[in-house]
Amino acid sequence: MAQNKVFRSTDDAFADLKARGILHDGMTVMVGGFGLCGIPEQLILALRDSGVKDLTCISNNAGVDNWGLGLLLKTRQIKKMISSYVGENAEFERQYLSGELAIEFNPQGTLAERIRAGGAGIPAFYTATGVGTPVAEGKQTRAFKRPFEDTKNMNRTPDAASERATSQPASSGGPDFKPAGTRDYVLETGLFADLALIKAHTADTHGNLIYRKTARNFNPMMASAANFVIAECEHLVLAGNLDPDHVHTPGNYIDRVIQTTSEKRIEQRTVRKA
Amino acid sequence: MPLTRDQLAQRAARELRDGFIVNLGIGIPTLVANFIPKGVDVKLQSENGLLGIGPFPLDADVDPDLINAGKQTITALPGSAFFSSSDSFAMIRGGHVDLSILGAMQVSQRGDIANWMVPGKLVKGMGGAMDLVAGVKRVVVVMEHNAKDGAAKLVKACSLPLTGQACVDMVISDLCVLVMDRARGRFVLTELAPGVTLEEIKAKTEASFDCAERLETVVV
Repeated sequence: MAQNKVFRSTDDAFADLKARGILHDGMTVMVGGFGLCGIPEQLILALRDSGVKDLTCISNNAGVDNWGLGLLLKTRQIKKMISSYVGENAEFERQYLSGELAIEFNPQGTLAERIRAGGAGIPAFYTATGVGTPVAEGKQTRAFKRPFEDTKNMNRTPDAASERATSQPASSGGPDFKPAGTRDYVLETGLFADLALIKAHTADTHGNLIYRKTARNFNPMMASAANFVIAECEHLVLAGNLDPDHVHTPGNYIDRVIQTTSEKRIEQRTVRKA
Repeated sequence: MPLTRDQLAQRAARELRDGFIVNLGIGIPTLVANFIPKGVDVKLQSENGLLGIGPFPLDADVDPDLINAGKQTITALPGSAFFSSSDSFAMIRGGHVDLSILGAMQVSQRGDIANWMVPGKLVKGMGGAMDLVAGVKRVVVVMEHNAKDGAAKLVKACSLPLTGQACVDMVISDLCVLVMDRARGRFVLTELAPGVTLEEIKAKTEASFDCAERLETVVV
Protein backbone atom coordinates (compact mmCIF):
# COMPACT_ATOMS: atom_id res chain seq x y z
CA MET A 1 0.00 0.00 0.00
CA ALA A 2 3.01 2.25 -0.49
CA GLN A 3 1.00 4.39 -2.85
CA ASN A 4 -1.86 4.90 -0.41
CA LYS A 5 -1.11 8.25 1.22
CA VAL A 6 -4.36 8.84 3.04
CA PHE A 7 -4.40 9.59 6.77
CA ARG A 8 -7.64 9.76 8.71
CA SER A 9 -7.12 13.13 10.34
CA THR A 10 -4.66 15.98 10.73
CA ASP A 11 -3.72 14.52 14.12
CA ASP A 12 -2.87 11.19 12.51
CA ALA A 13 -0.93 12.89 9.76
CA PHE A 14 1.13 14.86 12.29
CA ALA A 15 1.48 12.13 14.97
CA ASP A 16 4.96 10.80 14.07
CA LEU A 17 6.43 13.89 12.43
CA LYS A 18 8.42 15.04 15.46
CA ALA A 19 9.81 11.58 16.14
CA ARG A 20 10.89 11.33 12.52
CA GLY A 21 12.65 14.71 12.70
CA ILE A 22 10.40 16.24 10.09
CA LEU A 23 8.85 18.69 12.53
CA HIS A 24 11.32 20.68 14.63
CA ASP A 25 11.95 24.16 16.02
CA GLY A 26 13.62 26.51 13.56
CA MET A 27 12.28 24.68 10.52
CA THR A 28 11.15 26.25 7.24
CA VAL A 29 7.53 25.72 6.22
CA MET A 30 5.76 26.62 2.98
CA VAL A 31 2.05 27.33 3.31
CA GLY A 32 -0.17 27.58 0.22
CA GLY A 33 -2.86 30.17 -0.40
CA PHE A 34 -3.49 33.72 -1.55
CA GLY A 35 -5.08 35.77 1.21
CA LEU A 36 -7.43 33.26 2.84
CA CYS A 37 -8.20 31.63 -0.52
CA GLY A 38 -6.77 28.14 -0.92
CA ILE A 39 -5.03 27.99 2.47
CA PRO A 40 -4.55 24.59 4.18
CA GLU A 41 -6.60 25.81 7.11
CA GLN A 42 -6.82 22.58 9.10
CA LEU A 43 -3.11 21.79 8.60
CA ILE A 44 -2.25 25.27 9.88
CA LEU A 45 -4.23 24.46 13.03
CA ALA A 46 -2.31 21.19 13.36
CA LEU A 47 1.00 22.98 12.93
CA ARG A 48 -0.01 25.42 15.66
CA ASP A 49 -1.04 22.60 17.99
CA SER A 50 2.28 20.79 17.39
CA GLY A 51 3.94 23.65 19.27
CA VAL A 52 6.99 23.95 16.97
CA LYS A 53 8.49 27.42 17.13
CA ASP A 54 11.05 29.76 15.54
CA LEU A 55 9.49 28.93 12.19
CA THR A 56 10.43 30.54 8.91
CA CYS A 57 7.19 30.63 6.93
CA ILE A 58 7.16 31.03 3.17
CA SER A 59 3.68 32.15 2.21
CA ASN A 60 2.37 34.92 -0.02
CA ASN A 61 0.43 36.45 2.88
CA ALA A 62 0.32 36.14 6.66
CA GLY A 63 -3.36 35.42 7.21
CA VAL A 64 -5.61 37.63 9.32
CA ASP A 65 -5.68 38.09 13.08
CA ASN A 66 -7.63 34.95 13.93
CA TRP A 67 -7.27 32.73 10.91
CA GLY A 68 -4.65 31.21 8.65
CA LEU A 69 -1.05 32.01 9.57
CA GLY A 70 -2.36 34.77 11.84
CA LEU A 71 -3.00 31.96 14.32
CA LEU A 72 0.70 31.10 14.46
CA LEU A 73 1.64 34.76 14.78
CA LYS A 74 -0.66 35.02 17.77
CA THR A 75 1.15 32.13 19.48
CA ARG A 76 4.53 33.61 18.40
CA GLN A 77 5.63 30.44 16.66
CA ILE A 78 6.85 32.35 13.61
CA LYS A 79 10.28 33.97 13.64
CA LYS A 80 10.41 35.05 10.02
CA MET A 81 7.99 35.49 7.11
CA ILE A 82 8.96 35.36 3.43
CA SER A 83 5.97 36.98 1.72
CA SER A 84 4.92 39.48 -0.94
CA TYR A 85 2.14 41.29 0.93
CA VAL A 86 0.98 41.10 4.52
CA GLY A 87 -2.16 43.26 4.43
CA GLU A 88 -4.32 44.04 7.41
CA ASN A 89 -3.15 42.04 10.39
CA ALA A 90 -2.85 43.92 13.69
CA GLU A 91 -0.81 41.26 15.50
CA PHE A 92 1.57 41.00 12.57
CA GLU A 93 1.98 44.78 12.64
CA ARG A 94 2.71 44.82 16.37
CA GLN A 95 5.34 42.05 16.22
CA TYR A 96 6.96 43.53 13.13
CA LEU A 97 7.23 47.03 14.60
CA SER A 98 8.60 45.69 17.90
CA GLY A 99 11.25 43.66 16.05
CA GLU A 100 9.95 40.29 17.27
CA LEU A 101 9.20 39.19 13.73
CA ALA A 102 11.54 39.37 10.73
CA ILE A 103 10.14 39.76 7.26
CA GLU A 104 11.64 39.34 3.82
CA PHE A 105 9.45 40.88 1.15
CA ASN A 106 9.64 39.31 -2.27
CA PRO A 107 7.86 40.53 -5.40
CA GLN A 108 4.97 38.12 -5.84
CA GLY A 109 6.21 36.79 -9.18
CA THR A 110 9.73 36.40 -7.81
CA LEU A 111 8.34 34.49 -4.84
CA ALA A 112 6.31 32.19 -7.10
CA GLU A 113 9.28 31.60 -9.41
CA ARG A 114 11.73 31.04 -6.54
CA ILE A 115 9.45 28.28 -5.25
CA ARG A 116 8.95 26.83 -8.74
CA ALA A 117 12.72 26.92 -9.32
CA GLY A 118 13.52 25.30 -5.96
CA GLY A 119 11.12 22.48 -6.73
CA ALA A 120 12.60 22.05 -10.20
CA GLY A 121 16.18 21.78 -8.93
CA ILE A 122 17.14 25.22 -10.25
CA PRO A 123 19.32 26.98 -7.63
CA ALA A 124 19.02 30.47 -9.12
CA PHE A 125 17.64 32.43 -12.07
CA TYR A 126 17.70 35.93 -13.52
CA THR A 127 14.63 38.18 -13.58
CA ALA A 128 13.98 41.79 -14.55
CA THR A 129 11.64 42.23 -11.59
CA GLY A 130 13.08 44.45 -8.87
CA VAL A 131 16.07 45.83 -10.78
CA GLY A 132 16.95 49.28 -9.41
CA THR A 133 14.79 48.75 -6.31
CA PRO A 134 15.62 47.74 -2.71
CA VAL A 135 14.87 44.14 -3.76
CA ALA A 136 18.03 44.02 -5.92
CA GLU A 137 20.37 45.47 -3.31
CA GLY A 138 23.32 43.16 -2.66
CA LYS A 139 22.35 40.81 -5.47
CA GLN A 140 24.24 40.12 -8.67
CA THR A 141 22.94 41.96 -11.72
CA ARG A 142 23.59 41.06 -15.34
CA ALA A 143 22.52 42.44 -18.71
CA PHE A 144 20.71 40.22 -21.20
CA LYS A 145 18.56 40.71 -24.23
CA ARG A 146 14.88 40.07 -23.66
CA PRO A 147 14.22 36.43 -24.58
CA PHE A 148 11.51 37.40 -27.07
CA GLU A 149 13.90 39.81 -28.79
CA ASP A 150 16.69 37.27 -29.24
CA THR A 151 15.17 34.25 -30.95
CA LYS A 152 18.36 33.86 -33.00
CA ASN A 153 21.14 33.67 -30.40
CA MET A 154 19.21 32.97 -27.18
CA ASN A 155 21.53 35.22 -25.18
CA ARG A 156 24.49 32.95 -26.03
CA THR A 157 26.65 35.53 -27.83
CA PRO A 158 29.28 37.10 -25.56
CA ASP A 159 28.24 40.69 -26.31
CA ALA A 160 24.58 40.05 -25.55
CA ALA A 161 25.17 39.13 -21.96
CA SER A 162 27.64 40.94 -19.79
CA GLU A 163 28.20 40.62 -16.11
CA ARG A 164 28.28 43.89 -14.24
CA ALA A 165 28.71 45.37 -10.82
CA THR A 166 26.51 44.07 -8.04
CA SER A 167 24.41 45.96 -5.56
CA GLN A 168 22.81 48.80 -7.44
CA PRO A 169 21.74 51.65 -5.21
CA ALA A 170 17.99 52.05 -5.15
CA SER A 171 18.08 55.56 -6.50
CA SER A 172 16.65 56.96 -9.69
CA GLY A 173 19.96 58.53 -10.66
CA GLY A 174 21.53 58.89 -14.09
CA PRO A 175 21.25 56.38 -16.91
CA ASP A 176 23.17 53.17 -16.32
CA PHE A 177 25.42 51.72 -18.98
CA LYS A 178 24.00 48.69 -20.77
CA PRO A 179 25.11 46.91 -23.94
CA ALA A 180 22.84 47.83 -26.86
CA GLY A 181 19.46 46.14 -26.84
CA THR A 182 19.85 44.68 -23.36
CA ARG A 183 18.32 45.33 -19.98
CA ASP A 184 19.41 44.40 -16.48
CA TYR A 185 18.33 41.25 -14.70
CA VAL A 186 18.85 40.38 -11.06
CA LEU A 187 19.88 36.96 -9.75
CA GLU A 188 17.32 35.37 -7.44
CA THR A 189 17.72 32.02 -5.67
CA GLY A 190 15.38 29.04 -5.55
CA LEU A 191 13.43 28.25 -2.38
CA PHE A 192 13.01 24.84 -0.77
CA ALA A 193 11.39 24.03 2.59
CA ASP A 194 11.46 21.27 5.21
CA LEU A 195 7.68 20.97 5.03
CA ALA A 196 4.94 22.20 2.72
CA LEU A 197 1.25 22.41 3.65
CA ILE A 198 -1.03 22.35 0.62
CA LYS A 199 -4.75 22.79 -0.02
CA ALA A 200 -6.43 20.99 -2.92
CA HIS A 201 -10.05 20.60 -3.91
CA THR A 202 -9.96 16.93 -4.86
CA ALA A 203 -7.31 14.31 -4.17
CA ASP A 204 -7.06 10.62 -4.90
CA THR A 205 -5.53 8.02 -2.62
CA HIS A 206 -2.20 8.24 -4.51
CA GLY A 207 -1.95 11.97 -3.79
CA ASN A 208 -2.87 13.23 -7.25
CA LEU A 209 -4.39 16.67 -6.76
CA ILE A 210 -6.87 18.93 -8.49
CA TYR A 211 -7.27 22.53 -7.36
CA ARG A 212 -10.32 24.74 -7.83
CA LYS A 213 -10.48 28.22 -9.40
CA THR A 214 -8.20 30.82 -7.81
CA ALA A 215 -7.61 28.56 -4.79
CA ARG A 216 -4.80 27.01 -6.86
CA ASN A 217 -2.38 29.99 -6.56
CA PHE A 218 0.87 28.96 -4.80
CA ASN A 219 -0.17 25.39 -3.96
CA PRO A 220 1.20 23.54 -7.02
CA MET A 221 4.70 25.02 -6.78
CA MET A 222 4.89 24.50 -3.03
CA ALA A 223 3.91 20.87 -3.49
CA SER A 224 7.14 20.41 -5.43
CA ALA A 225 9.46 22.43 -3.19
CA ALA A 226 9.66 20.73 0.21
CA ASN A 227 11.18 17.60 1.71
CA PHE A 228 7.84 16.56 3.15
CA VAL A 229 4.45 17.56 1.73
CA ILE A 230 1.02 17.20 3.30
CA ALA A 231 -2.12 18.03 1.35
CA GLU A 232 -5.59 18.61 2.75
CA CYS A 233 -8.50 18.21 0.39
CA GLU A 234 -12.27 18.65 0.41
CA HIS A 235 -13.00 15.58 -1.68
CA LEU A 236 -11.14 12.28 -1.66
CA VAL A 237 -11.53 9.53 -4.25
CA LEU A 238 -9.92 6.15 -4.88
CA ALA A 239 -7.00 6.17 -7.30
CA GLY A 240 -8.36 5.63 -10.77
CA ASN A 241 -11.28 7.99 -10.32
CA LEU A 242 -9.50 11.16 -11.42
CA ASP A 243 -9.02 11.76 -15.13
CA PRO A 244 -5.21 11.79 -15.47
CA ASP A 245 -5.63 14.60 -18.01
CA HIS A 246 -7.11 16.78 -15.28
CA VAL A 247 -4.51 16.22 -12.56
CA HIS A 248 -2.71 19.46 -11.62
CA THR A 249 -0.17 18.02 -9.16
CA PRO A 250 1.04 14.44 -9.77
CA GLY A 251 0.87 12.27 -6.67
CA ASN A 252 4.61 11.62 -6.42
CA TYR A 253 5.07 15.09 -4.89
CA ILE A 254 2.69 14.35 -2.03
CA ASP A 255 3.59 12.39 1.11
CA ARG A 256 0.30 12.49 2.98
CA VAL A 257 -3.31 13.34 2.19
CA ILE A 258 -6.15 14.11 4.56
CA GLN A 259 -9.75 14.97 3.85
CA THR A 260 -11.04 17.92 5.86
CA THR A 261 -14.08 20.12 6.12
CA SER A 262 -13.00 23.62 5.12
CA GLU A 263 -14.51 26.76 6.56
CA LYS A 264 -13.18 28.81 3.63
CA ARG A 265 -13.46 32.23 5.21
CA ILE A 266 -13.79 35.26 2.94
CA GLU A 267 -11.63 38.34 3.44
CA GLN A 268 -13.48 40.86 1.26
CA ARG A 269 -17.01 39.79 0.52
CA THR A 270 -17.96 41.98 -2.42
CA VAL A 271 -21.29 41.62 -4.23
CA ARG A 272 -23.39 43.41 -6.82
CA LYS A 273 -27.12 44.10 -6.52
CA ALA A 274 -29.49 41.84 -8.44
CA MET B 1 -11.37 71.48 -12.93
CA PRO B 2 -9.42 68.42 -11.79
CA LEU B 3 -10.83 65.14 -13.09
CA THR B 4 -12.90 63.07 -10.66
CA ARG B 5 -11.94 59.47 -9.86
CA ASP B 6 -14.50 58.22 -12.37
CA GLN B 7 -13.25 60.61 -15.03
CA LEU B 8 -9.67 59.46 -14.45
CA ALA B 9 -10.81 55.87 -14.91
CA GLN B 10 -12.77 56.87 -18.01
CA ARG B 11 -9.70 58.53 -19.55
CA ALA B 12 -7.53 55.52 -18.70
CA ALA B 13 -10.12 53.22 -20.31
CA ARG B 14 -9.44 54.94 -23.62
CA GLU B 15 -5.99 53.31 -23.59
CA LEU B 16 -7.62 49.89 -23.94
CA ARG B 17 -7.48 48.30 -27.38
CA ASP B 18 -9.55 45.52 -28.85
CA GLY B 19 -8.00 42.15 -27.97
CA PHE B 20 -5.85 43.46 -25.12
CA ILE B 21 -4.93 41.43 -22.03
CA VAL B 22 -5.05 43.96 -19.18
CA ASN B 23 -4.11 43.97 -15.50
CA LEU B 24 -5.80 46.62 -13.34
CA GLY B 25 -4.33 47.71 -10.01
CA ILE B 26 -6.25 48.38 -6.80
CA GLY B 27 -8.11 51.70 -6.35
CA ILE B 28 -8.92 54.00 -9.29
CA PRO B 29 -7.47 51.49 -11.82
CA THR B 30 -10.12 48.96 -10.75
CA LEU B 31 -12.79 51.47 -11.81
CA VAL B 32 -11.46 51.33 -15.39
CA ALA B 33 -13.44 48.09 -15.81
CA ASN B 34 -16.64 50.18 -15.60
CA PHE B 35 -15.69 52.30 -18.63
CA ILE B 36 -14.49 49.79 -21.24
CA PRO B 37 -15.45 51.44 -24.57
CA LYS B 38 -18.11 49.78 -26.73
CA GLY B 39 -16.64 47.45 -29.34
CA VAL B 40 -13.42 47.00 -27.37
CA ASP B 41 -13.12 43.40 -26.21
CA VAL B 42 -10.48 42.98 -23.50
CA LYS B 43 -9.66 40.24 -21.01
CA LEU B 44 -8.80 41.28 -17.47
CA GLN B 45 -6.01 39.37 -15.75
CA SER B 46 -5.87 38.83 -12.00
CA GLU B 47 -2.37 37.95 -10.82
CA ASN B 48 -3.64 35.36 -8.34
CA GLY B 49 -4.47 33.15 -11.31
CA LEU B 50 -7.40 34.20 -13.51
CA LEU B 51 -7.69 35.50 -17.03
CA GLY B 52 -11.24 36.73 -17.63
CA ILE B 53 -12.42 38.63 -14.52
CA GLY B 54 -16.18 39.22 -14.51
CA PRO B 55 -18.35 41.51 -12.37
CA PHE B 56 -18.78 41.10 -8.63
CA PRO B 57 -21.09 38.14 -7.85
CA LEU B 58 -24.70 38.29 -6.75
CA ASP B 59 -25.00 37.50 -3.06
CA ALA B 60 -26.13 33.95 -3.78
CA ASP B 61 -23.19 33.30 -6.11
CA VAL B 62 -20.32 34.29 -3.80
CA ASP B 63 -17.54 31.67 -4.05
CA PRO B 64 -14.64 31.73 -1.55
CA ASP B 65 -12.45 29.97 -4.14
CA LEU B 66 -12.87 32.83 -6.61
CA ILE B 67 -11.26 36.14 -5.65
CA ASN B 68 -9.26 38.90 -7.32
CA ALA B 69 -5.82 40.20 -6.34
CA GLY B 70 -7.50 42.63 -3.93
CA LYS B 71 -9.03 39.55 -2.23
CA GLN B 72 -12.56 40.61 -3.25
CA THR B 73 -15.03 37.95 -4.33
CA ILE B 74 -15.53 38.08 -8.12
CA THR B 75 -16.88 36.03 -11.02
CA ALA B 76 -15.18 34.53 -14.07
CA LEU B 77 -16.54 35.26 -17.56
CA PRO B 78 -17.18 32.56 -20.19
CA GLY B 79 -13.86 31.81 -21.88
CA SER B 80 -11.84 32.35 -18.69
CA ALA B 81 -8.80 30.37 -17.60
CA PHE B 82 -7.45 29.61 -14.13
CA PHE B 83 -3.76 28.99 -13.49
CA SER B 84 -1.15 28.92 -10.74
CA SER B 85 0.73 31.96 -9.41
CA SER B 86 3.90 30.94 -11.26
CA ASP B 87 1.97 30.60 -14.53
CA SER B 88 0.34 33.95 -13.83
CA PHE B 89 3.64 35.71 -13.34
CA ALA B 90 5.20 33.91 -16.29
CA MET B 91 2.39 35.58 -18.25
CA ILE B 92 3.22 38.95 -16.70
CA ARG B 93 7.03 38.71 -16.76
CA GLY B 94 7.17 37.05 -20.17
CA GLY B 95 5.53 40.04 -21.87
CA HIS B 96 2.19 38.31 -22.53
CA VAL B 97 0.11 41.04 -20.89
CA ASP B 98 -0.49 44.14 -23.02
CA LEU B 99 -1.32 46.81 -20.50
CA SER B 100 -0.97 47.45 -16.78
CA ILE B 101 -2.88 50.34 -15.21
CA LEU B 102 -1.78 51.15 -11.67
CA GLY B 103 -1.48 53.91 -9.10
CA ALA B 104 1.70 55.62 -7.87
CA MET B 105 3.04 57.75 -5.03
CA GLN B 106 5.81 59.20 -7.20
CA VAL B 107 6.84 59.07 -10.86
CA SER B 108 10.20 60.49 -11.94
CA GLN B 109 10.88 62.41 -15.13
CA ARG B 110 12.60 59.39 -16.70
CA GLY B 111 9.66 57.12 -15.86
CA ASP B 112 10.73 55.49 -12.59
CA ILE B 113 7.81 54.58 -10.34
CA ALA B 114 7.52 54.37 -6.55
CA ASN B 115 4.29 52.94 -5.18
CA TRP B 116 4.97 50.45 -2.41
CA MET B 117 6.92 51.90 0.47
CA VAL B 118 6.95 55.10 2.51
CA PRO B 119 9.95 55.14 4.86
CA GLY B 120 8.85 55.44 8.46
CA LYS B 121 5.46 53.93 7.70
CA LEU B 122 4.63 50.27 8.01
CA VAL B 123 5.58 48.41 4.84
CA LYS B 124 2.96 45.92 3.75
CA GLY B 125 4.81 44.61 0.73
CA MET B 126 4.95 45.12 -3.01
CA GLY B 127 2.63 42.28 -3.97
CA GLY B 128 2.80 41.91 -7.76
CA ALA B 129 3.57 45.56 -8.57
CA MET B 130 7.29 45.09 -9.30
CA ASP B 131 6.56 42.18 -11.65
CA LEU B 132 3.88 44.16 -13.47
CA VAL B 133 6.00 47.26 -14.13
CA ALA B 134 9.00 45.13 -15.18
CA GLY B 135 7.14 42.74 -17.44
CA VAL B 136 3.97 44.19 -18.94
CA LYS B 137 4.33 45.73 -22.42
CA ARG B 138 2.80 49.10 -21.52
CA VAL B 139 2.53 50.70 -18.09
CA VAL B 140 -0.02 53.47 -17.48
CA VAL B 141 -0.07 55.30 -14.14
CA VAL B 142 -3.30 56.85 -12.91
CA MET B 143 -2.87 59.21 -9.95
CA GLU B 144 -3.66 62.56 -8.33
CA HIS B 145 -1.23 65.12 -9.72
CA ASN B 146 -0.14 66.17 -6.23
CA ALA B 147 -0.05 64.58 -2.81
CA LYS B 148 -2.60 65.60 -0.17
CA ASP B 149 -0.10 68.11 1.29
CA GLY B 150 0.38 69.60 -2.19
CA ALA B 151 3.82 68.03 -2.79
CA ALA B 152 4.66 67.19 -6.40
CA LYS B 153 4.27 63.51 -7.30
CA LEU B 154 5.85 63.98 -10.73
CA VAL B 155 9.42 64.57 -9.58
CA LYS B 156 12.96 64.83 -10.94
CA ALA B 157 14.06 61.73 -9.03
CA CYS B 158 11.91 59.59 -6.75
CA SER B 159 12.76 60.07 -3.08
CA LEU B 160 10.77 56.95 -2.17
CA PRO B 161 12.18 53.46 -2.80
CA LEU B 162 11.45 52.41 -6.38
CA THR B 163 9.02 49.80 -7.64
CA GLY B 164 10.66 49.86 -11.06
CA GLN B 165 12.96 52.03 -13.13
CA ALA B 166 12.30 53.76 -16.47
CA CYS B 167 9.14 51.71 -17.00
CA VAL B 168 6.20 54.18 -17.05
CA ASP B 169 4.79 54.82 -20.53
CA MET B 170 2.02 57.25 -19.61
CA VAL B 171 0.77 59.26 -16.66
CA ILE B 172 -2.88 60.21 -16.39
CA SER B 173 -3.35 62.65 -13.51
CA ASP B 174 -6.41 64.58 -12.44
CA LEU B 175 -4.85 67.62 -14.17
CA CYS B 176 -3.20 66.33 -17.33
CA VAL B 177 -1.87 63.48 -19.49
CA LEU B 178 1.83 62.91 -20.17
CA VAL B 179 3.24 60.37 -22.63
CA MET B 180 6.76 58.97 -22.37
CA ASP B 181 8.95 59.54 -25.43
CA ARG B 182 11.00 56.33 -25.14
CA ALA B 183 13.70 57.45 -27.57
CA ARG B 184 14.44 60.58 -25.56
CA GLY B 185 13.50 59.25 -22.14
CA ARG B 186 11.31 62.28 -21.43
CA PHE B 187 7.62 62.84 -20.79
CA VAL B 188 5.60 64.92 -23.26
CA LEU B 189 2.54 66.80 -21.97
CA THR B 190 -0.27 66.04 -24.43
CA GLU B 191 -3.59 66.80 -22.70
CA LEU B 192 -4.92 69.15 -20.05
CA ALA B 193 -8.02 68.62 -17.92
CA PRO B 194 -10.81 71.07 -18.77
CA GLY B 195 -9.97 74.54 -17.38
CA VAL B 196 -6.40 73.61 -16.41
CA THR B 197 -3.56 75.71 -17.84
CA LEU B 198 0.01 74.89 -18.79
CA GLU B 199 1.16 77.39 -16.14
CA GLU B 200 -0.74 75.48 -13.47
CA ILE B 201 0.90 72.19 -14.53
CA LYS B 202 4.35 73.81 -14.49
CA ALA B 203 3.72 75.22 -11.01
CA LYS B 204 2.53 71.87 -9.64
CA THR B 205 5.16 69.64 -11.28
CA GLU B 206 8.76 69.21 -10.17
CA ALA B 207 9.79 66.98 -13.10
CA SER B 208 10.97 68.58 -16.29
CA PHE B 209 8.88 67.61 -19.30
CA ASP B 210 8.30 68.58 -22.91
CA CYS B 211 5.12 70.06 -24.26
CA ALA B 212 3.29 68.80 -27.35
CA GLU B 213 2.89 71.32 -30.14
CA ARG B 214 -0.86 71.16 -29.74
CA LEU B 215 -2.28 70.56 -26.30
CA GLU B 216 -5.62 68.75 -26.33
CA THR B 217 -8.29 68.92 -23.66
CA VAL B 218 -8.97 65.62 -21.91
CA VAL B 219 -12.20 64.22 -23.33
CA VAL B 220 -14.35 62.63 -20.63
